[in-house]
Amino acid sequence: MSYTVQFINLLAAILLLISFAMLSQRRILSLINLFAWQGLVLSVSTFVVAYSTAQQHLYFSAALTLLLKVLVLPWLLHRLIRKLNVRWDVETLINIPATMLAGIALVIFAFNLAAPISQLAEGITRGLIGIALASVLLSLLMMLTRRKAVTQVVGFLAMENGLFFAATSATHGMPLVVELGIALDVLVATFIFGIFFFQIRETFDSLDITHMEKLKDD
Amino acid sequence: MIDLQLLALLLTPLLGGGLLAVFGSRRWAAELNALMSFLTFAASVALTLRVVEAGPQVAFGEQFFIDQFNVFLVALTAFIAFTTSLFSRPYMRVEQDHGRLSTPMLHLYYSMYQLFTFAMLVALSANNMGIVWVAMEAATLTTVLLVSLYRTPASLEAAWKYFILCGVGIALALFGTILLYFAAERVLGQGGTALLWTHLNEVKGELEPTVLKLAFIFLLVGYGTKIGLVPLHSWLPDAHAEGPTPVSAVLSGLLLNVALCAVMRSKVLVDGSLGTHFAGNLMMGFGLLSVVVAALFLSRQKDIKRMFAYSSIEHMGLITFAFGMGGKVATFAALLHMTVHSLTKSAIFFAVGHAVQKAGTQQMDNIRGMLQISPTVGWGLMLGTFAILGMPPFGVFASEFLIITTAMHDYPWTTPILLIALGMAFAAIFGKVQPMVFGETTAKPLPHPPALLPVFAHLLLVLILGLYMPPYLADWYRQAAALLG
Amino acid sequence: MENTNLALGMLFQLFQSLLVVLLAPLLMGWVSQCRAWLQNRSGPGLLQPYRMLRKLFLKDAVIAFNASPLFRVTPYILFGCMWLAAAIIPIIAVDLPFSPAADVIALVGVFALARVFIALAAMDIGTAFGSLGARREMLVSFLAEPALLMVLFTASLISHSTQLPSIVGALAHREFVLYPSLAFAALAFVIVLLAENARIPVDNPNTHLELTMIHEAMILEYSARHLALIEWAVSLKLFAYISLGIALFIPHGIADVGKWDALPLSIAALLAKLVMAGAGLALLETLLAKVRIFRAPEFLGTAFLLAVLGLLIHILLGA
Repeated sequence: MSYTVQFINLLAAILLLISFAMLSQRRILSLINLFAWQGLVLSVSTFVVAYSTAQQHLYFSAALTLLLKVLVLPWLLHRLIRKLNVRWDVETLINIPATMLAGIALVIFAFNLAAPISQLAEGITRGLIGIALASVLLSLLMMLTRRKAVTQVVGFLAMENGLFFAATSATHGMPLVVELGIALDVLVATFIFGIFFFQIRETFDSLDITHMEKLKDD
Repeated sequence: MIDLQLLALLLTPLLGGGLLAVFGSRRWAAELNALMSFLTFAASVALTLRVVEAGPQVAFGEQFFIDQFNVFLVALTAFIAFTTSLFSRPYMRVEQDHGRLSTPMLHLYYSMYQLFTFAMLVALSANNMGIVWVAMEAATLTTVLLVSLYRTPASLEAAWKYFILCGVGIALALFGTILLYFAAERVLGQGGTALLWTHLNEVKGELEPTVLKLAFIFLLVGYGTKIGLVPLHSWLPDAHAEGPTPVSAVLSGLLLNVALCAVMRSKVLVDGSLGTHFAGNLMMGFGLLSVVVAALFLSRQKDIKRMFAYSSIEHMGLITFAFGMGGKVATFAALLHMTVHSLTKSAIFFAVGHAVQKAGTQQMDNIRGMLQISPTVGWGLMLGTFAILGMPPFGVFASEFLIITTAMHDYPWTTPILLIALGMAFAAIFGKVQPMVFGETTAKPLPHPPALLPVFAHLLLVLILGLYMPPYLADWYRQAAALLG
Repeated sequence: MENTNLALGMLFQLFQSLLVVLLAPLLMGWVSQCRAWLQNRSGPGLLQPYRMLRKLFLKDAVIAFNASPLFRVTPYILFGCMWLAAAIIPIIAVDLPFSPAADVIALVGVFALARVFIALAAMDIGTAFGSLGARREMLVSFLAEPALLMVLFTASLISHSTQLPSIVGALAHREFVLYPSLAFAALAFVIVLLAENARIPVDNPNTHLELTMIHEAMILEYSARHLALIEWAVSLKLFAYISLGIALFIPHGIADVGKWDALPLSIAALLAKLVMAGAGLALLETLLAKVRIFRAPEFLGTAFLLAVLGLLIHILLGA
């Protein structure tokens, strides 16, 4: 195995680890920082893939990731939680060990699901789809287990990170126009989420989405 | 030439969005909205004529692709977007008079409405599967603020649910798209062409089946969330019930179709690669489940818009089922059903919107005697209900009849399930709408009837489609069905 | 030639056994000394554990009236188990005569055996603290043991063997490869090491605070030579764990089969690694704060998670 492959494997492993760390993180502030770290890992791995495959557009998308996911989005989220005054909020998580076990089960599921694809991939991408899928599913789990609007959104963005990792590592990046479109969507989505936070807090006096479980079919 | 026509189609709503972002607070914003929607519709008609005449076309360096299948959806989308803009003009004005909406909210509504149309048209006409995804996500983003337009707790909850669920769903669809690209890259090589549907379609036999199988599962689950397939449907009734009625109409009538279109594009590729009925079976399963579950839930609804939202789930399930069965007849029926369902359901939402405005509530128990209050609204609601329930001679009857006879022939075991579900839906909806229209009321009749031109225009079209299918239209459907296989 | 090799091997085995049993208290002293320095204290000196042992050995033993024979034999069993464990882990050479016995699963078994005895002995007297400590010890080990096994499996998968000498041989002589799985396993191992050796943040070896103590609660009833043996065993256990960590994660420098001339170098390397590991442990203990006992499962759950992730990543990425 060449050093670049080893390095990307290491980054993939760290990505997975960060996903787990996010799953068990109680503080909103730390969660956002973890999200920024995840973005950094993503950006570095994109850069390494760009270097090793000599694909020019990947340098661009590495820079885009760095800008959007390490700087802009965390900055926006930091600003939001400061304005919403939930900066030091701690979320009560139910049963972390059970969540972790569920997470491990999801990882195994993802690896199995991706196994036939990993067989096809050559070189650098082997096994990385599995890790990307695992981190997508872990973010999904995080969204399911959280009861605060802000953390759900961080979960949503983390899921997008996992997808982006799948795109760069497995396919050496989608065509640039698609990547730009996705980045734009994510940015707009974050803005809309921000608007939502204020609307929700104005209406419910809290960002707890347990207040928002009234609509049901009885 | 095709480039110009497509440009006109796509730029009109985009320009409209820009104009209304600036002038959305003016008195004539509603008229501008309707005008831009009309221009979009005109552009779509021109494009349709062109495609019917000259066959499938690619445009803008192959990034866009128009064939008989999507041009028919483009025309339908533009038409319903236009009629809805007509409907929303007086409707939103009344809402504003009642104090439920403020001018800034309307400002947001108008500009987002145009951008929503734009996003849907891009999603329909894009050739690049990645762009399809981006446009689908954009369509979600533009509507999510519309669902929460009233800023009530319930509407915020509905919008949040819509945003999160569809966000998750659409993320899964992106994973499917990535897998599709992964498979395509191995055949088409790196670069821009590997996500272009036209190129993929040419080499679909060479795409790796295992990857495509997985990709389709993700795409179906992802876009299926937007279609409102059970068990991913839970956002749909909430969003329809709590959003403004014009938004409910376009969500039900249009957005669901657009998502289904993306699924059908994927299905064509997967079928070509696998050579089995895998994708069809999955779609049939999801479709049948949606029909059954929606039918069960219909009878338990108290909110009128919620009930018709469940009816949308039921019909989208039926269409998905029909597409899943495949074959010329079933696909033809599915396309026809898509058309008539969109027309009928948006007509119903228009009528429901007026009825709710008159009654001042969405609770069906409190809406009574619409016929006395306003005969046009009452008849509009009643006829729309007849149409959606598949009563002859409306078009829905024709398409449902075709679907069920095909099912009877190809998959006999599904027939009783479908018939029972449709029967239950009939009983539930008819049982609830009948007293609303014919019941006794103490409310005074309205001095002058509301403008219900869009309702009756839609219902008339549905009636015509049920009685007589123009040959060129049938031919057009047949060509589209042939494309989808 | 064969015979000389065997004799040399026996000699070295004996040497390692004696070395570990004599060095273990020194390592304990080194860790305490480093902690003292890090906390700006002057510290008791490196040789304090030896002084402690001497003092305890000179005292007369007091044993509870209702103690069973189990209570008396436990210190010896404990000491024996830990000595055995520390002696067979290949830390200076890979093919000493006892090393075939150094199977990782057997090693975990030896640790478990010692644990069962100390827990039983703690409950034997029937004091509240004893059984409380025993219960907590079992809770901690119940969580730590699977994590340790997972760590060992990861290493075994990479080297295709559960024999420590072959693992060390395989890992020490590969070209430099980044193993994310091993890195995860190493993190998990550090957590397990902290928990199993009653260090901060799971337990505090220096206090007798009844609400939090685990290990100390179990040995409250012991005195004199019994206590000395237990303390010695504890230091041997720490030594064994640190050597296990060295063998798995930094095996470079351990002498190879039959290369007796490399031994002096490998001993020097070992001493250097031990010094580093002891200092690192002290640093960790200074930086971390003791967690509430009910948070300990979470802490150990992290170890298990890391170990499993390491294993999965190895299986998936082959790295």
